[in-house]
Amino acid sequence: MTETITFSLNGQQVAVPAGLSILDAAALHGVRIPSLCHHPDQRVKANCRVCVVEVEGQKNLAASCATPVTAGMKVRTNSPRIRETVQTILELIFANHPQECLTCIRNGNCELRRLAADYGIREVKGEMATDALPLDTSTPSLVRDPNKCIKCGRCAEVCHHVQETGILYSHYRSVDVQVAPEYGKSLSDVACVLCGQCAAVCPVGAIHEKDDTALVWEALDDPAKHVVVQVAPAVRVSIAEEFGQAPGTIATGRLVSALRKLGFDRVFDTDFTADLTIMEEGHELLHRLQSGGALPLITSCSPGWVKYIEHSYPELLPHVSTCKSPQQMFGALAKTYYAGKAGIDPADIFVVSIMPCTAKKFESQRPEMNASGHQDVDAVLTTRELGRILKQAGVDFAALDDSVFDDPLGISTGAAAIFGVTGGVMEAALRTVYEVVTGQELESVEFTAVRGLQGIKEATVDLAGTPVKVAVAHGLGNARRIMDLVRAGLADYTFIEIMACPGGCIGGGGQPYGTTDTVRRQRIEATYRVDAGLALRKSHQNPAVAKLYAEFLRQPLSEISHHLLHTKYRNRSLYKLKG
Amino acid sequence: MSTQRQSVKDIVTAPAAGQAALLQALLAVQDASPENYVSEEAVNEIAHLLGISRSRVYSTASFYSVISLKPRGRHIVRVCINAPCENAGKQAVLAALEQELGVGLGCTTPDGRFTLEGVSCLGACYMSPAIKIDNQLYGDLTAEAAVAIIRRCREEENIGHTA
Ligand code: SF4
Ligand code: SF4
Ligand code: SF4
Ligand code: FES
Ligand code: FES
Repeated sequence: MTETITFSLNGQQVAVPAGLSILDAAALHGVRIPSLCHHPDQRVKANCRVCVVEVEGQKNLAASCATPVTAGMKVRTNSPRIRETVQTILELIFANHPQECLTCIRNGNCELRRLAADYGIREVKGEMATDALPLDTSTPSLVRDPNKCIKCGRCAEVCHHVQETGILYSHYRSVDVQVAPEYGKSLSDVACVLCGQCAAVCPVGAIHEKDDTALVWEALDDPAKHVVVQVAPAVRVSIAEEFGQAPGTIATGRLVSALRKLGFDRVFDTDFTADLTIMEEGHELLHRLQSGGALPLITSCSPGWVKYIEHSYPELLPHVSTCKSPQQMFGALAKTYYAGKAGIDPADIFVVSIMPCTAKKFESQRPEMNASGHQDVDAVLTTRELGRILKQAGVDFAALDDSVFDDPLGISTGAAAIFGVTGGVMEAALRTVYEVVTGQELESVEFTAVRGLQGIKEATVDLAGTPVKVAVAHGLGNARRIMDLVRAGLADYTFIEIMACPGGCIGGGGQPYGTTDTVRRQRIEATYRVDAGLALRKSHQNPAVAKLYAEFLRQPLSEISHHLLHTKYRNRSLYKLKG
Repeated sequence: MSTQRQSVKDIVTAPAAGQAALLQALLAVQDASPENYVSEEAVNEIAHLLGISRSRVYSTASFYSVISLKPRGRHIVRVCINAPCENAGKQAVLAALEQELGVGLGCTTPDGRFTLEGVSCLGACYMSPAIKIDNQLYGDLTAEAAVAIIRRCREEENIGHTA
């Protein structure tokens, strides 16, 4: 039990748990103090000062995000002095900020713009002091607009202390400060994994997903194209947030209806190929166990993670499953198996994916991803872009009725649904591998040891008398700790699941803004409800997958499976010095 | 080896350097560099050896004005450009230095000997206008005195070379 303390908030005595900042304590009592550099999941940075309050007995205004509340403290959050100070700070920021709100991608959800509205800023004084800096459009995933950066440091914090990829940091001094890669390099020239976690925490439009909605409209508007769409598991538990609904709202049926309204010829489900991934990867694991292949086997469905290991631990690449991600398996099958069944020339098929992830855009453009003879996935939209394109189409999401995915690439099990959360791929794999190895039915399908937001999770599973140790990590900082153990030969795991984003795909860099650990938990909880609500919860029970093997692939790891569903990786190490 | 890589390794891993902080490492690498700067290669090597990101090394290097990320002359001539020195006649001193060296602020002489830099306050306001050449302060300067100092530097270096 935490201790409760009482303090005075704008003249009222209020009780809060001890140890909170003034900012958080006030929020518990209905007072929203403005903030910019503060992020609920991050350490205190206290560089923007828009959160100032008056504390009785202190001469200077205090930054409420950085000041712990103490018993008996007398705090004022609203006074002429505070309003004036905040207004001045905002005016100073705006004096160095492009006046582009109307055309800015963050127009509807920019934290700075909201403050300007709240504080009634009606005039921007002075001319822009600095020259326009070039945009970074070097990657298929992200766009960095340094001109809109307010130097709050949130991206650097996530990039250095959560992902530990160490790409974005603050450089130079005073008015020249820039938050960027070293030497002003573009993101494609450094070891950025394109996870988009920086974009997810940026309060403004300074770093954001590359918007591909125009590409999708073009395909939808082209009568010669047969446009099919696949939706990742994590999108169904987050898309409703784009339309103002609470995090954790399950919207699978409405999502399908919305995509039909947009004009897609077929609405399919990435969950179908998630089940297929389990079949392939589960058998890959068994094969490696039996044939003495490289162990631990490490999952490969998170493209940010794959890019990370290619940059940072290339010597461990033989451990990575050769399975493509569900997105890419889907693309390869859509332009072969489905094209054949539907009697459509694959050249006329346009595959769109809706993903929670910015790295998926990069993945779809990897040169290896053309097993069908065409680029397997033509365009990737993040959840945020889907929200945007639905709004453009005038879809009233709240008013939609439910409908169901199309056959055959729309049929899936609960095992696929949980791919969207950390531990989900592991749990899905265990459900199948257990039954394949033991020949017995799994009594309890829920492996709770691999669930939840703990950074690294471990479990030991009894497979017909053989104990198999597994580990799960999410967020690349945690992945790095496990990889260091593997590299040092200190890890006795057989199977490791890694997802680049904290919480797994539900916390992906392309998800609706406002993702915090609280929101992650709500999306995770919703994901497990999706799983529990399905009749089939094991991938090997998926009848459409069974049919796919019978009609087309023959069996897991067959030659055609290898050709379409498996891939290779490359060494992207940057630690190569010339001279 | 035309690069700074080996010397960086020696400095950062030298027993004396031990847990050398990033700034110390940068300064030592710069001091050891004939061109008086920290190269990109050196930034990368320091990051690797200290186990921190290149971005963080660059951040510190670009924050401190004593560190240069561009090649410089063997001697750094720093001219104070703050108000007290300005008022005491910095203009004339700077003009004389530019004339004598043949380069403007921020530039290096073609012979690679001198880099002329502007800095804010050398902590020598009591003897403004002031300049600093490498670690040596000179105050209460006139244009003539400044030129004489540069000429003396050249001579000393020439002697050093022949000796
Ligand atoms: S980042 Fe925000 S304040 Fe800046 S132009 Fe975009 S919407 Fe406007
Ligand atoms: S995409 Fe990920 S790795 Fe790249 S800069 Fe952003 S947080 Fe860092
Ligand atoms: S890019 Fe965004 S998150 Fe990063 S410092 Fe700039 S404003 Fe803050
Ligand atoms: S939010 Fe408190 S200083 Fe930025
Ligand atoms: S102002 Fe020139 S030395 Fe202080």
